[in-house]
Amino acid sequence: MLRAFGLGTILVVFWLLLSGHYTLMLISFGVGSSALVVYLALRMDVVDHEGVPLQLGGRFWLYLPWLMKEIFVANVAVAKVILHPKLPISPITVIFHGSQKTDIGRFIYANSITLTPGTITTGVEGQDFEIHALTYADVDGREEDEMDRRVTWVEQGD
Amino acid sequence: MEIVLDGLSWLCIVGGLFFMLVGTLGLLRMPDVYTRLHAAGMTDTMGAGLLLLGMGLQTIIGIVDGDGQYWFVLFRLVFVYAFLLFTSPIATHAVARAALHGGLEPYRAPAESAD
Repeated sequence: MLRAFGLGTILVVFWLLLSGHYTLMLISFGVGSSALVVYLALRMDVVDHEGVPLQLGGRFWLYLPWLMKEIFVANVAVAKVILHPKLPISPITVIFHGSQKTDIGRFIYANSITLTPGTITTGVEGQDFEIHALTYADVDGREEDEMDRRVTWVEQGD
Repeated sequence: MEIVLDGLSWLCIVGGLFFMLVGTLGLLRMPDVYTRLHAAGMTDTMGAGLLLLGMGLQTIIGIVDGDGQYWFVLFRLVFVYAFLLFTSPIATHAVARAALHGGLEPYRAPAESAD
């Protein structure tokens, strides 16, 4: 029930930020449509730890700046490869073992890997992440291990 | 203040265009679909990210000038990037997975250049 209430609050705030028109009629439309979405989400049984991951709390927001930094570093590395006259790529597929216990943790880890250019998650089998990398240096382990630790810290929640 | 923000904004937009351009170049130079996805990933993380950051700085100039409507533009820009962060890796993953499922073998570097 707390999650449904949280989802409703997020939807109303989102609607208010996008709208910019604050008359009684328009606000009641916003509240009404948010309530309808929450009702449909409840009927679909997706208001759980995965659909509305409120349990992550503030940790996700602390993880985000680090992810942004990693995205920047990886982008510069891939840009160098692309601009290199010889195009020095050596694509490789590796299996990484993640330490996440929950599906939302695995979701964040797999998407974080794909978001950093140079590595793409092509499959997830239990705890094993199949990763396609542009060069071997992209999966030499250091960044992925640190990302693994940080995502596991995020999924433990507040 | 405004000249600093404007300068930073320009820097971000030019940087975003640079990454868009390099990503597109990579898309043309790479040998197969998997390696091309790496190049395409640059355009929607860094390319779009820096462009949106540059636009966001422009709205902050407007906010500093005292026009409250710019807050809404800023929120929308942030939402655009947030949605990109959630959707683009899923699309990338879906394309890679479909290619693997279709039996397309990933390109491997020729033996002499793979050290």
